[in-house]
Parts: sequence; C-alpha cells; structure tokens
Amino acid sequence: MQESWVFVGIFFLIAAVFPAAPIILQSLILGPKKNNPVKNSTYECGIETFGDTWVQFKMQYYIFTLVFVVFDVGMMFLFPFAVAYGQAPAFTLLVVIGFLAIICSALVYVWRKGALRWV
Amino acid sequence: MDFFSDPIAFIANLLRTWLAFIPEPWLSLLLMTFGVVVVGSAALVLPLFTIWLERRVIARMQDRIGPNRVGYQGLLQTIADAIKLMTKEDITPLGADKVVYNLAPILVVISVITMWAVLPFAVNIYGADLNIGVLYIVAVGSLGTLAIMLGGWASNNKYALLGAFRTVAQLVCYEVPMILSMVVPVLIASSWALAQGQTDFNPMSLKDIVVAQQSVPFLLVAPVAALIFFISSVAETGRAPFDLLEAESEIVAGFNIEYSGMKFGMFMVAEFLHAFTVGALVATLFLGGWHGPWATQYPLLGMVYFLAKSFAAYFLIVLMRAALPRIRIDHLFEINWKFLVPLAVAAIVVTMVVNKLVDPAVVGLGWNALALFASNLVVAWVAFNWASAQARWLRRQEEAKLQALPDLPGGHDEAHSPAQPAGAH
Repeated sequence: MQESWVFVGIFFLIAAVFPAAPIILQSLILGPKKNNPVKNSTYECGIETFGDTWVQFKMQYYIFTLVFVVFDVGMMFLFPFAVAYGQAPAFTLLVVIGFLAIICSALVYVWRKGALRWV
Repeated sequence: MDFFSDPIAFIANLLRTWLAFIPEPWLSLLLMTFGVVVVGSAALVLPLFTIWLERRVIARMQDRIGPNRVGYQGLLQTIADAIKLMTKEDITPLGADKVVYNLAPILVVISVITMWAVLPFAVNIYGADLNIGVLYIVAVGSLGTLAIMLGGWASNNKYALLGAFRTVAQLVCYEVPMILSMVVPVLIASSWALAQGQTDFNPMSLKDIVVAQQSVPFLLVAPVAALIFFISSVAETGRAPFDLLEAESEIVAGFNIEYSGMKFGMFMVAEFLHAFTVGALVATLFLGGWHGPWATQYPLLGMVYFLAKSFAAYFLIVLMRAALPRIRIDHLFEINWKFLVPLAVAAIVVTMVVNKLVDPAVVGLGWNALALFASNLVVAWVAFNWASAQARWLRRQEEAKLQALPDLPGGHDEAHSPAQPAGAH
C-alpha cells in the first residue's frame, strides 16, 4: 500500500513536469519576445480596457457554493458505510437512511426558500 | 513468468537484472518513475489522436470533411497545431496575478493526468492500487475545477471572470451527483465480494470494483447511477452541451480567453484528455473494465477490451457534443439540484435496501442483479413521470401568465386577434 502512495507521489511530480516543459520551452526559447503595452492589455471586444475587473458580482453563485459545501461534507461519510456495507447488519440501513434524510432536508429547505431558482 | 501472462512483472524483472548495480530503494524508485513516465506519456499522447478523431467525427456530422491534409487523413494535424502554438509569443496580460496565471494551465493538466495513476488497464496492468481509489478520483478531479477557477480569476479579464464564476456554479454543483452515483458501485462491489467469498478486497479501489464485475457489469445492475455518473462527469469536463464556462457566443472564450500559445494548448489537452478519462472511468466503474473473453489469461487482450469500452463511452461524449445545443444556465442548475441529486439519493437508498432484502449471499448473484435492475427501472420510471408532470405544471403556469397579459398591438397572438382584419398587413 505504501508503494502505491509513493507511485502516486512520483506521478504528481512527473505530471507537473509534462505540462511545464513545453510552456517553459515556448516562453523562454522558441517564442518571440516583442511586448508592448497595447498587446499586453486585456481583451475587451476591441475597445480600450476600462474599469476594474475584480468587482463584487452576483450573489447567487455564492449561494450555490454554500449548498454544495453542505452536500460535499455529508457525502464523504457515505463512502465508509459503502465499504462496510457487505458486512453491515440490516439495522444500519435505517441509520444511513436517517442520515440521508437529514442531508436532504437541507436540500428541501434551500429548495423551498427558492435559492435553487436562477434569477 | 512470461510476457503474456504478466507483462509488467516481466519487464520489471528484466530491468532489475539489467540495473542490478543500483542499490535497492533507489532501484525500486527508478522503476516506479519509469512506470510513471510510461503511463503519463501515454496519457499525454492520447489527446494528439483524440483531438483529430473528434474534429473528423464532428466534421462528418456537420457535413464537412475536417482536417485531412497533414499526414495520412490529417492524423498529424494536432502535431502541426502544437508546433505552431510553440512558436507563439508568451503574453501575460497587464495586471494579471502572475503566479496564479502561470500555475493554472499546469494544474489543470496535473489534475487530469494523475487520474490515470489508479486506472486498471488490465488484470495486472495498473499504476497504483489505492484502497481509496474512488475518493482519489474525486479529489484529483476537483483540483481541475480549482485550476479553471484560478485561471479565470487571475487573468484580470471580465470575460474570464464570468467564466470563472460559472465554473464555481457548474463544475462544483455537478460534483454532487457525480460523487453520489459513485457510491452505488462501491455498495454493490462490497456486497458481491462478500457473497463470492473474496478476501483481501477493497470495495473502493478501482481494481477491485472491476474484479467484482466479473459476471455482470454494473451498467446492468445500476443503470440509473451509470446514467447520472455519465451526465454529471460530462458536465465536469465543461464541454458541449455543458460548455457554459467557455461559451464562445456569450463570453468569447470564458476562463481561457487571455491564454495563448502553449498555455492555451495545455487547457485544450486537459479538456480532451478529461473527456477520454471520463470514458475510461465509465468503462471502469460500469462497463466491466478489462473483463472479456480470455482477458484474465492474456492481460494485453484485457487492455484492448478496456480501451475499446473507453472509446465507446468517449464516442458517445463526442456525439453528445456534436448533437446537442448548449444548455441554458437556469436549466443547468435545475437539472442538477432538482433532478439529478434527488435521483442519485433515491438510487443509493433503493440499491441499499433491495440489495439487503434480496441478499446475494442467499439467493445468488443472478437473482440479486435481476432485482437491482428491476428496482432501478422502477426508480427511473417514477423519476421520469415526476419530471414530466412537473414540466407540464410549469408550462401550464407560464401559459396562464401569458393569458393574463393584456392584448398588446404586436403581441404574441396578433395573428389570431379578430380585431385585426386579415388584409391589414
């Protein structure tokens, strides 16, 4: 098992080299370097760039992410049960169904609040 | 031990005898690095082929010919494109967050390639057999979401920022049904392994999930979960019809608008490789992986089966991209939260309960599979009817709203209005 994790660790290192090598090759060696301020300005339909990009924006995206967090944390607890499911006695199903019901009540609450409707 | 029954061990032994002068921990590390480089380059070379394949298939569907000039039937087109991208100037936009801007294309490729570390290609050809393989796939996959968000945010461009916002909403939300539908194969693998009396079995490792599908692929046992997994992981790749984060006609190119040259190329590679990886995951979790006639004796044959199944699933993704129009953003979220998530929870509960009632250890795998399939059909039928009833109700509401509007000149029912004589136009 430890060997597998060593393999995954090496995989991450090599996987970083694979995309980084062509990018560095292009930006340092192969590509031309003729910068000017107009070329470097950000694209905006051809007109001159104006205003700030990092502004406060639509709240709805944030709400969706919050709902996601509720589910994501809850769902992770399903996997230990799924692994032990083969040996688990039938009684434990009630516990897990109760657990799912609690998570889903959050979904029902958000749904009733109208937060899932795109406005 | 010959090459055909265990190719990996054969090559490893050969290399061990050749490199015997290297002391032990370093020799193992070297062999592992060799394996990583082989798997990683195979994964990176694959998009060179799949990009060409996809362009040709979509061209055919749109009654065009597609790239056919460079090499035989245009096979070298992608390499030509890559060379062209390599000779472009590297531009970092003014005011961009330089570290994050340059990190994002690397991170997005890492997130896709590292998924290949745990894919079982054949009975004894696999990178790492993690005992939490399914969780690893989820964790590494969400790294790609993060990379796309970072790239969109760091570009200092309004379109890119919009793309990043949509990423937050879309990729993050579609992870919920994807993870929920991955629970179902783990459940079934766990109970079937016990029924078959297998010891040393990890229901969450991808290798053992494939082993559990020896008699029946999970597609026939859990079709609802397979469908949810397929839809939500295609949405995770951010391709058409779920390509809201780079919608060309709305926000130009979305998160990758400021990227050019090889950095843009890396986003492309990651996207196309991700699509194929989704095909490979569908093949692993639901289509039986490398299983097929004589696959256990000849692992290379199993690899062929695995690639064939992956390409079948991948081809379906390409056809979806060619055939379906881009989905609207409010529909996107309603399908996810109001249909896929409740359906996935229902599929988990039904699978759990039915599998305990019709215990595979008591009645045998065949009857258990049949019961699970029947219960899945019931779930799908109920869900479909509920969804169409909801849709009908919504349409009636919309129509009532339209009816309540006063008749305006030039309104929606001008042609049928008796006040306007037919010859007035």
